[in-house]
Amino acid sequence: MKTAITSSGDELTAQFDKRFGRSAWFCLYDEKNGATTFHKNAYADAPHGAGTMVAEKLAELNVQKIISGDFGHKAKEQLDKLNIQMVIVQDDNYTVQDIINKLNKDPGKKKGRYTWAL
Amino acid sequence: MPRRRTLRKVVAPPGFKGYKPYGVGRESHEFIELFYEEYEAIKLADYDLMNHAEASRLMGVSRPTFARIYESARRKIAKAMVETKEIKTIYGNIWMDKSWYICDDCLTRFTIPKTIKKHECPMCASNNFQSLKS
Repeated sequence: MKTAITSSGDELTAQFDKRFGRSAWFCLYDEKNGATTFHKNAYADAPHGAGTMVAEKLAELNVQKIISGDFGHKAKEQLDKLNIQMVIVQDDNYTVQDIINKLNKDPGKKKGRYTWAL
Repeated sequence: MPRRRTLRKVVAPPGFKGYKPYGVGRESHEFIELFYEEYEAIKLADYDLMNHAEASRLMGVSRPTFARIYESARRKIAKAMVETKEIKTIYGNIWMDKSWYICDDCLTRFTIPKTIKKHECPMCASNNFQSLKS
C-alpha cells in the first residue's frame, strides 16, 4: 500500500507541507518495503484546479492514502470518488521522516476502547 | 481539563485561503487566523441574513455560543482591517460532513473509503476514534 505525504522538499528531512494541491513535492512511501520516492508537483503553480489534477495523478501512481494538512472542497470530492483515504495532520513542525516514523509505530500497542460508531 | 468543544457544523468551507491588504506602505507578514466556523457565522448572519437562533441551529450549537463565534469573527476582521493584517482561514473546531473521523488519541482527522477494511486511525492505529457527526 502506497502513502503520499505532502512535502516542501525532495528529501526525508524536508518540512511536511500542509497544503495538498499546491505542495511542492510528494513523498511516496511504500508500506511494504519502506521505500520512498519523491515526485515534484507539476501543478504547484497551476492557476486553478491543482487539487483535482494532483488527485488524479496520485491515483495513477496507485496511492491509497494521502497525508496532508488540508484538502480543498473539490479535491476532497475527487478523492472520495477515487476511494483514496485522506488524513489531516495539523501539526506544523513535522518533517516527512517524522510522519513516516509515526506510521511505522507498532500497531500492537493499541489503547483505549473501541468507540467507532457509524 | 476544560470541557471539550462541541464541533460546529460548517456547510461549505470558505472559497479562499485568506485576504491581504494592498496599498500598505510596508509589507507585514503578520496575520489573523479566522476559523472556518467564524467565516460560517459571518456568512449565515450577514450574508444569508439569518437571525442568530436559526443560524445556531444550522451550525449545531446553542444561540449564545453562536453569538460568541460571531462576535469573535467580527472582532478578528476589525482587527485585521485596523492593523492592516492579513487574514488566513484555519480549519478550527468544525465538522464538514459525516465522512470525516477524528482520532481521540492523536487528534488526526481522516476519511475511511469503502475499499478499506481496517477501521483504525491511519496515524497511530488506535481504535479510539469517532465520527465528526454529533
